[in-house]
Formats: sequence, structure tokens, C-alpha cells
Amino acid sequence: MKLRSATQLASAALTLAALTFAAPATAADKIDPVADAKAFKKFFTDKFPKVKLEDFVNGPYSMDEGLHRQWEEKEQFPPYEFSLDMGKEMFTKPFKNGKTYEDCFPNKGIGIRQNYPYFDEKEGKVITLELALNRCREANGEPPFSYVRDEMAALTAYMAFTSRGKPFDIKIPNDPRALEAYQRGKEYFYTRRGQLNFSCATCHVQSPGERIRAEVLAPALGIMNAMPIYRSEWSGMGTTSRRFTTCNSQIRGVPLNPQDDEYRDLEYYLSYVSNGLPISGPGARP
Amino acid sequence: MASTIRVRAIARGDTTEVQALIQHPMDSGYIKDAKGEIIPPHFIQQLTFEYDGKNVFLADWGGGISKDPYIKFAFKGGKKGDDLKISWLDNKGATDTTTAKIQ
Repeated sequence: MKLRSATQLASAALTLAALTFAAPATAADKIDPVADAKAFKKFFTDKFPKVKLEDFVNGPYSMDEGLHRQWEEKEQFPPYEFSLDMGKEMFTKPFKNGKTYEDCFPNKGIGIRQNYPYFDEKEGKVITLELALNRCREANGEPPFSYVRDEMAALTAYMAFTSRGKPFDIKIPNDPRALEAYQRGKEYFYTRRGQLNFSCATCHVQSPGERIRAEVLAPALGIMNAMPIYRSEWSGMGTTSRRFTTCNSQIRGVPLNPQDDEYRDLEYYLSYVSNGLPISGPGARP
Repeated sequence: MASTIRVRAIARGDTTEVQALIQHPMDSGYIKDAKGEIIPPHFIQQLTFEYDGKNVFLADWGGGISKDPYIKFAFKGGKKGDDLKISWLDNKGATDTTTAKIQ
């Protein structure tokens, strides 16, 4: 008898769960980035009422007071300094044909990090900063850099540094393909994958501030603002591409190639929902 | 090339607080590369901080110290505007020296 009522209870709970899951799925039929971004911010500010909105860009260091003090100390003597210097030198050094990166970017590449990634209406795809940098190299007859190694991290670190404090300003143009790219990015973010069956949101929406082994998980809000990052765990710099691919392999999934369409869409979505939060890159993480 | 040493020394009361970051691979000699070959040891053996002709901090390091090491300490004495000389020597005989003003 006891057993039977237990199963009944369980099945009732299951139906309830199914109902609650079904409700947002029907509401998500219409793609509404403005409402998404608002809801996304509200979720995090409700979950962490003590954290100021602009502090979310400090990832795990925003999650508690002790960590915040560690971060303040770290910022006085940041480990990404060497990379930043390397990036500055590379950025201003001319290519073999005499041109520089400055010629590829608006405003000579200074203070523009907050506008990337953007949707290119001619190509119908999302263009990230890393992609734009390599295209600039190829257009000037230079071999592209690896998306996951130090050179790319140094360049993006310098570009982020010159844009510090400027709020993320990702635009979705009035083009159905742009909305679709946004939506695909969102779906990628919430889709479970890998042997561990995690989605990006499992860690970065459901459990920010919790520990995963020794690390404190970063909130998804503002997570792009600090890229690229110096990770003590890597004892080196990492690009957005490196972060995405290693995230995928850590959940025992097969990572895509850096700058595949899915990752570009994902970066587009994640940056858009953090619109208004200041660029804080390059960042330092445990 | 830019110096491999970054230093910040701040005088507070009768002590001086020193922070330094050094760019160095600090290969222990026990790690293998992607091809399975051992990366030869390459690490800083001696690090010195010199103030007013005297060593205020001397470290004998080995392969156990992490890459791009960071160090923080304080010593008694030190005046604003004085020089602090920092140098390191590694196991391949390479060396670098820099002088910083105490702030």
C-alpha cells in the first residue's frame, strides 16, 4: 500500500514537472531578444541581490566577498600584463605589405571591442573579433593565427583593454537571418550535450557561485565581457574560442572547431544578453 | 625587448612592500611535450632584491616554482624615491636586471 501511494506521488510530481517545463517552451515560439536579455539580467540580479549589475563581469570574483578581495589584489598586479604588452606591440607592428591591423578596423581598432560580434548582412553570418582579426591577416597576405593560442589572445587582450568600461553594444539588425543566428546561439546555450549531459546553462545559469571541484563557477551574465582571460589553471591566456572548446571537452563532449557557425552564434547570443555591462577584458580567473 | 621583470615597491611607514612578476617558462625538466619528448629544465636559480647595496631578499629557486612567478614580500626600511635593484639568473646562465623606484 505504502509503495503504491509512493508511486502515485512520484507520477504526480512528474506530471507537475512536465507541466512546468512545457510552459516556457510554448512561450518561446516568438524570438524576442529584448525580452530575453531583460529576463536574463533579472534572473541573475534576483539570484544574487547583493551583486551590483556591473560587477557580474568579474565572474567568480563577483560571487562572494573573499573572492572579490582576491580579485582586487590581483588587479593591482595582473597576470595578463605580459600578454597585453605583446598584443600592443603586435597590433601596431606593420605587416609585410606595410599595412597594420589598424587599417582593418573602424576607429583604428581602438575602443571597439564592445561592438563585436556583429551580424554581417552581406554574408548573412555572425562575425566575431577573433574571426575579423584573422580575416585582416589573410587579406594582407599573412597566415592566420590559431584561435586558441597566445598570439590571438594577446591581440584580443589589447583590443579589449582599449575598450574597458564601454558597455557591450551588440545589435541585432532588422534581418530575419540575424534573429535566427541569435536563436541558434540561444538553443546551443541551453542544449544538453556530452557524456555528462550538461548544457552551458547547467553550470553558468543554474549553478554560478557553486563549486565544481575547486573552482567557483562564473555567471553567464557578463561572461563574455572579460574575454580573453588569464587562467591560473592554464598558466596562460585563453581566447573565447579556447574557453568554448575546453568547456565542451570538460563535459565530455566533442568540441567543434573554433569559429564554427555554432560558436559564433553562441557568442552572439551570450554577448547580446550582456548588453549594457562594461567590457572588463582582459580578465584574470583562478 | 621589454624587461622580463615587473616590480612595484611601495613604502608604508617603516616598511616597504614589494610585488614582482617575472616572465619565465620555469620548465622543471620533468614535463613532456606533445611529441613525448622531455622539455629540458629551464628555471630561475637565483633571484635577488638589492636595496642600498644590501640584499634585502634572496631566493634560491628550482623547478618547483610555477611559470611566470609572482612574489610579494616586505622589508624594513626603504624610502620613497630610492632605487630597488632586482635581478635573476637561470640555469642556462641567462640573466635579467631591472631597477625600480620605491613609491
